[in-house]
Amino acid sequence: MRHTLAVLVENNPGVLARVAGLFSRRGFNIDSLAVGRTENPDVSRMTIVVEGDARVLEQVTKQLHKLVDVIKINDITADEYVDRELVLIKVNVDPAQRGEVMQIADVFRARIVDLGRKTLTLECTGNDGKINAFEESLRPYGIKELVRTGKIAMLRGSKYTGLQDNGARDE
Amino acid sequence: MNKTGAQILVESLLAEGVDTIFGYPGGAVLPIYDALYDADLRHILTRHEQGAAHAADGYARASGKPGVCLATSGPGATNLVTGIANAYMDSVPMVAITGQVPTSLLGRDSFQEADITGITLPITKHNYLVKDVKDLARTVREAFYIATTGRPGPVLIDIPRDVSAGMAEYEDPGPVQLPGYHIKLEPDPEQVTRAVRAIEESERPVIYAGGGVINGGAHEELLRLAEMLLAPVATTLMGLGGFPGNHPLSVGMLGMHGSKYANYAVCECDLLIGVGVRFDDRVTSKIEEFAPNATVIHIDIDPAEIGKNVGVDIPVVGDVRCSLRKIIERLQPRLESRWRDKIFNWKKEYPIEYVENGRLKPQEVIQEIYNVTRGNVRVATDVGQHQMWAAHYYSYDRPRTFITSGGLGTMGFGFPAALGVQVACPDENVVCISGDGSFQMNSQELATAVHYNLPVKVAIINNGYLGMVRQWQELFYNRRYAYTEITGPDFVKLAEAYGAAGMRVTKKSEIREAMEEALRIPKPVVIDFPIEREENVLPMVPPGEPINKMLG
Repeated sequence: MRHTLAVLVENNPGVLARVAGLFSRRGFNIDSLAVGRTENPDVSRMTIVVEGDARVLEQVTKQLHKLVDVIKINDITADEYVDRELVLIKVNVDPAQRGEVMQIADVFRARIVDLGRKTLTLECTGNDGKINAFEESLRPYGIKELVRTGKIAMLRGSKYTGLQDNGARDE
Repeated sequence: MNKTGAQILVESLLAEGVDTIFGYPGGAVLPIYDALYDADLRHILTRHEQGAAHAADGYARASGKPGVCLATSGPGATNLVTGIANAYMDSVPMVAITGQVPTSLLGRDSFQEADITGITLPITKHNYLVKDVKDLARTVREAFYIATTGRPGPVLIDIPRDVSAGMAEYEDPGPVQLPGYHIKLEPDPEQVTRAVRAIEESERPVIYAGGGVINGGAHEELLRLAEMLLAPVATTLMGLGGFPGNHPLSVGMLGMHGSKYANYAVCECDLLIGVGVRFDDRVTSKIEEFAPNATVIHIDIDPAEIGKNVGVDIPVVGDVRCSLRKIIERLQPRLESRWRDKIFNWKKEYPIEYVENGRLKPQEVIQEIYNVTRGNVRVATDVGQHQMWAAHYYSYDRPRTFITSGGLGTMGFGFPAALGVQVACPDENVVCISGDGSFQMNSQELATAVHYNLPVKVAIINNGYLGMVRQWQELFYNRRYAYTEITGPDFVKLAEAYGAAGMRVTKKSEIREAMEEALRIPKPVVIDFPIEREENVLPMVPPGEPINKMLG
């Protein structure tokens, strides 16, 4: 099963290497990892999507907790949460096909962010499923380049993953 | 008043109570060595950085205090790596300090640059690259705190030369504040209650005790628990000394080279109480058939150990000593135990034994060393057959008296570690039991031993083979002894060349006298014991078998 972990870490150099190294050395599979600063400049947040059964997840969280730079881990999989991913896709498009592709973009509420003589670059945000569908619908035109950010996620409602506990499940 | 980074480092080490460091100078640590020149710190110059790391490790294991080693950048730092990994696997508190090229040259493949924080990421509890001299004092405070608290382990501090040469005000950094580092000492009361209930319901309990008992200072509590339950205590290699080896309830070591009675006890028990252990593959062998009928209680300070290798029925996460106390205070002592009587019978029926044939046997060498020293010495070993014989035929009754490389199995550990033990325990005798292969991996430290007059007695169990590997080749590779026959120097002359004393013993009748004499000589002594060459370590669980299927 896929789990989504919200991990708060100290914003120290090397923290990404520590986390990534832990996953590879212990044989845990990362589906995606997105990292960036939070409202507190000393703290970064990683959203890690990891594949595994309950036992694997228990080890992942416990081993992550052993890293001194890891402050807090929430497995938010079972909670209500909003998740988003951003994708940039550059597609082969003849001027004649532009209208079609723009219609597809409309359906997915994607935006055209750049235009070449024979290409269109589109931006789309959404959850995993939406991004996958968007990608599939553009595939027939020929995707020249594609980049995804990996998923970021946030609990719904008044619950949050912060330095202070707020009812979220703390593993 | 402004001080150099190196002076701040020295101040910080003194503030942590450090009295000795093991090290080796080099370009990137010149400022640090300059500060050490008139510091109130003892510096032991080893002959190889690996020796410094193992010596710091031995010092820590014998004293319980963190061991400190120091090396220069690049090759100096990488030479520490084996020693750091060794300390990591056995949860030894250690602080390794390395020099680094100046910050302006970092990342440019500069002379003697190695990314030692990157290299040691998976083998340290934590590590630091200090880029600002103002961070140095706080970093040292944190490093010692992390190394010594919770489950201990090595921490590395990498200090670029411009940081150790830079100037700053020294201020005591105050208490450590690490938002991501929490130690849980007190076990959850619910877990304790479940453990107590399981213990009360058990008829055939076995205690499986490891290095955590020694690290946690829980040997007295362990003894009380065993005597209250009349339960046999099987220790891991790392746990030897955590329970008195001479105690009737001791069943010695369990696992691959455990005693038959320890392994039978584990296979037939209905309750297994793991105390400060990690269910290592050398203990469990075929893990699906390890303690198949038992409810498993696992007491450990490291929550990540729970359920890592085996499913645990009742985890007790907390300080081992504190947890045992909470359990013991709710137990009633047992007066009778048919289970104990059964174990006593097994002990009589399946002793660990060997066959005498007139040639010098390694087992009798170890036994005689025990008879002469009566267990009143610290024993350090290397890795291989001699290590297992030292575990089987010597009885360790006190914690921190058996110093050995368990998890990593590092040949070359024993002798430099013994030097560290001797530094930590200047008034005690230290015996290093080694093999001819292992000893040759760090024999250069004889110079260190002589230079500082560390009168360690080295017993070389010499069979001219890398004996443990040869044993496996004999048993599982059709006696094809591929490159395991190993020559060596004349160890007596080698010792003498370094200014130590050398002896050779070829008969059983000479062992006692030689050992007694060695202990009288106030300097390092190497005793060469040329033994029966193809003696095997038995009993043994063949790889992949359950632990009650033993050879020998």
